[in-house]
Amino acid sequence: MRYSQKCMATEETKKNSTKSGAQEGFVYLPLIAGWLVPGGGHFLLRKWGRGALLAASILGMFALGLLMQGKVYASVHDLLDVLGLVGDLGNGLLYVLSRMLGLGDVQVMVTTADYGTRFIVVAGLLNIIAAVDAHNLRTGRKS
Amino acid sequence: MGPLVFQPSHFTAVVLFSLFASTVFGITQRETPKRMLRYGIYCFVLFVAAAIALSWLMYFIAR
Repeated sequence: MRYSQKCMATEETKKNSTKSGAQEGFVYLPLIAGWLVPGGGHFLLRKWGRGALLAASILGMFALGLLMQGKVYASVHDLLDVLGLVGDLGNGLLYVLSRMLGLGDVQVMVTTADYGTRFIVVAGLLNIIAAVDAHNLRTGRKS
Repeated sequence: MGPLVFQPSHFTAVVLFSLFASTVFGITQRETPKRMLRYGIYCFVLFVAAAIALSWLMYFIAR
């Protein structure tokens, strides 16, 4: 009885120390890390499984978008381009990397290229949702 | 050798889109792993079913 109580107390202390460890530091760090690197916010909070699944989904969607010859928005010509650019910017460092490597800057007039462009935009939007989720975990709004 | 290009059918694109989006929705919109899985599957089925239903609707409208 005593042993089990001691075990429980130790586990609780360990849990609390992990929680307080995650609660330390800059409150927006998981949000920013999650935006820059897909799943990064969750990794920072030691949510390895969730982070890995989010990273795989977002990176997979972005990579498939590029493989489908999707366009990465660079300049803005009309309102729809602004929305596309905002979505693409949600990819964080992936956007910067793709622009630096010149990926997604070729205009291809095939149907799958259009699917690819949407995949890249939606990957960015999903990354923003994931980053906000990491922020909610950090602030304790979500467990 | 040319650049690596992936050209899926429309349905494959829908399934891939649904898979990735519902994974993120499941993880971010629910709290426990069991509920995440259930919500993810629910979203996936809704995405694919809605795409099929709308495709048939457009097919009959076009006639």
